[in-house]
Amino acid sequence: MSMKKKTFLMTAVTFAVVIAAFIICQVLIENKLMSRALRGQLIPICCYIVMAVSLNLTVGISGELSLGHAGFMSIGAFSGIVLAAWLKARFPELSDLARLLMAIVCGGLFSGVAGVLIGVPVLRLRGDYLAIVTLAFGEIIRNILNLVYFSLEGATLHASFNQPVLPGKFVYNGPAGAQGVTKIATFEVGFALVLFTLLVVFNLVNSRSGRAIKAIRDNRIAAESVGINVTKYKMMAFVISAVLAGMAGALFGLNYSTLQASKFNVDASIQVLVFVVLGGLGSILGSVISATVLYVLPEMLREFAQYRMLIYAVILILVMVLGNNPTLRGIVNRVGESLRGKNRKGDKAA
Amino acid sequence: MSEPIKHRSTTKMVPYPSESIVPERDLGKTPVLETRHLGIDFGGLKAVEDFNLTIGRTEIAGLIGPNGAGKTTVFNLLTKVYEPTTGTVLINGRDTKGMNIVQASHLGIARTFQNIRLFSNMTVEENVRVGLHNQVKYDMFTGILRLPRYWKQEKKQHEQALELLSLFDMQSLADEVSGSLPYGMQRRLEIVRALATNPSLLLLDEPAAGMNPHETEELMETIARIRDQFQIAILLIEHDMSLVMGVCEGICVLNFGKVIAKGTADEIQSNPLVIEAYLGKRKEANA
Amino acid sequence: MVSFLSHLFNGISLGSVYAIIALGYSMVYGIAKMLNFAHGDVIMVGAYVCFSALQYWHLPPIVGVLISIVLCTVLGMLIERLAYKPLRQSTSLAVLITAIGVSYLLQNLALLIWGANNKVFTSIVPFDALRLFGGELVISGESIATVVCGVAIMIGLNAFVRRTKMGKSMRAVSEDKNAAELMGINVNRTISMTFAIGSALAAVAGVLLCSTYPTLTPTTGSMPGIKAFTAAVFGGIGSIPGAMLGGVLLGVIEILGKAYISTELGDALVFAVLIIVLLFKPSGLLGKPVREKV
Repeated sequence: MSMKKKTFLMTAVTFAVVIAAFIICQVLIENKLMSRALRGQLIPICCYIVMAVSLNLTVGISGELSLGHAGFMSIGAFSGIVLAAWLKARFPELSDLARLLMAIVCGGLFSGVAGVLIGVPVLRLRGDYLAIVTLAFGEIIRNILNLVYFSLEGATLHASFNQPVLPGKFVYNGPAGAQGVTKIATFEVGFALVLFTLLVVFNLVNSRSGRAIKAIRDNRIAAESVGINVTKYKMMAFVISAVLAGMAGALFGLNYSTLQASKFNVDASIQVLVFVVLGGLGSILGSVISATVLYVLPEMLREFAQYRMLIYAVILILVMVLGNNPTLRGIVNRVGESLRGKNRKGDKAA
Repeated sequence: MSEPIKHRSTTKMVPYPSESIVPERDLGKTPVLETRHLGIDFGGLKAVEDFNLTIGRTEIAGLIGPNGAGKTTVFNLLTKVYEPTTGTVLINGRDTKGMNIVQASHLGIARTFQNIRLFSNMTVEENVRVGLHNQVKYDMFTGILRLPRYWKQEKKQHEQALELLSLFDMQSLADEVSGSLPYGMQRRLEIVRALATNPSLLLLDEPAAGMNPHETEELMETIARIRDQFQIAILLIEHDMSLVMGVCEGICVLNFGKVIAKGTADEIQSNPLVIEAYLGKRKEANA
Repeated sequence: MVSFLSHLFNGISLGSVYAIIALGYSMVYGIAKMLNFAHGDVIMVGAYVCFSALQYWHLPPIVGVLISIVLCTVLGMLIERLAYKPLRQSTSLAVLITAIGVSYLLQNLALLIWGANNKVFTSIVPFDALRLFGGELVISGESIATVVCGVAIMIGLNAFVRRTKMGKSMRAVSEDKNAAELMGINVNRTISMTFAIGSALAAVAGVLLCSTYPTLTPTTGSMPGIKAFTAAVFGGIGSIPGAMLGGVLLGVIEILGKAYISTELGDALVFAVLIIVLLFKPSGLLGKPVREKV
């Protein structure tokens, strides 16, 4: 099978899996077969799928380890929450759906701007330094969010920095976070956001820009020598990834009545990284499946909650150590080849 | 495509103003490459010193010398991996002072690497398509939204990539992952990728390394064919003397970062300084 | 003025802890060429072990510290052997992700063993605070002990690296692993030894850190770990005096920033320093620049 057919098949399978999962969920909900607990998780699952796929764009496709992805999510979440609250006060006639969509766009926009601002210095660095600086930026974002205050007085939005005194009612209250958020997130919009993300990432990867991004990952000097502007394409991957994370954040934020910046710490970034690594670096379908399974599993096995991060840690180490073991890789390749060989024979017979 | 250029033995090399020689047919045109007093030192060590070289528009030139003579450093200076400490590099008459690798590539210089640098997780065709990056263009939004232009340009890229691969009869390998190719094929793919950037000067760093004599002979023919077909200049570093003497019109010998001889294959072969650089002084050889 | 001096001394003391951690970070980075993300968590383990020795087994402080050093040394070597050694030929991305995994493993093991509740660490420093200016300026015994330890370790380590055979091997491996191997240096043993020394230093740092800031939780080590990495980069990675200088400067910046600018922004300030240093002088204050091979 040619590579092109393979990529096409992979894309088709990914979309099919996501759409099928959505239909099954809808049927289960209609027939009241889904537990309340699981139903409450559908929106966060959509958010984390988008987070994982977008982080995969940075780590798997572009090859830069980012440890601050949750920072972008938080920017999207809080800008989305503030915008939704203001829209409600200013334009009460707007439907919830319209406000949600506008909040998501706003979240993506703000996060994208942050992505540009952070990307300019960060992407000049390489490898370990880049990873640690993204982590630093994630922490700086969280620190700053703890000093920001927003309030609504009628339809007027007030904001302040490091000054927790504002007229009207707080929408976002520094360390106490967002309070009294109207939950307007819906599973349908979450599903649409997942589809949108998949479309953007798949189409990007299989285009001229995507190939440039992958080329830089594989060999930066060679990519430069054929005339590829490294900064531009690294930036492209980083900012698109940030925009998608911001959109996921807005959806996530509008699904809870209260939310603090402390939820988006290094642990949250690393959790998403675990989804990506376990699903396979560069594999979009892998990210979708691992985000779903790893998000649902711990909630279902609540009695083991304290072991969750422990198990994640062990999984991370094992996947890396065994996945990079030459003997094991050889075996996997041989098995894969013999399977493919069989298929080929099968094709001929048919 | 113009008529094939006559074989080396019939090429006449003539002096060029800056202590260099170029084929007579290229004399009236701007040289594709000209370096003047090029030099670089790394922490006091002069890796390359006073390097002067001119390459004609359709010349095949060779850069030879013992290990550690500074040949790859010269390539790195020409492609702007390093900024020279002294001297100038002119590509197609344009001074490259302060430029980076990407800008040098835009001026029409392309290269292969001594230690192969392919995009090893990508397919053979994708590697060539990356080489075509600045030849067949469309922007990011066209790609994400799959506008009509996307399909048109993708088709064009695909066709051009296959045509380039056909130079080495590699069309059938288009969908293989490049990192899994045999060594010799990887070297050939690097040449194809460099050619895809539509260069006017192609730098080949040890293209025959790891090839058997038969493959080397084939490579020699291909190099001459590439020059004829694309009407470009080629500068190659090579240790295989049969290839260098067989295909290069002008040869430049480097030792300890300095040019010790320049000339045609016959002149180089009989030059005592060159023999000394490769074999050592007669006395030492006897000792 | 007195309050400024007091902040300054606190900064130097905190900075000395960073410096001791940074020394370990810097050595490992210089020799194994990897960012040992779990280094900060070894600090936490060191502090917990010492805490347990004093609290549960009622051992004298010095014995507690020794046990802690020995256990951390073994732990460091074990981590290197099991998690990092198999990845020596892999990409830095794979190694870094593994290191993150080890970091989380240690944190969560600590959580299971010692529980999520804060432990209150009793200081092991036996002498009293120094009172100057008629008692206006108080420098705690812990601060003095930390600074003295920091300087002593730096001098000792510098001598070790310059004079001893193992130290010379370390420098050789950090210059060129392959060449060192050809010269008959046992690279695996050298790297293992580096982890041992780094982890032993981490244990000391953990005990000193918790003597000054007594709250002990499973995540106690992660922030100081990251900040110590910042210090190592600031001073110039691979340089022993650089790690010391970077650590002290960073500690002072953090404490003064918290005191005079904003408590919330103290950490942000430290990270801002990291970002600025990496952008404008990636080789750090005392490091030497590296050229990429093509």
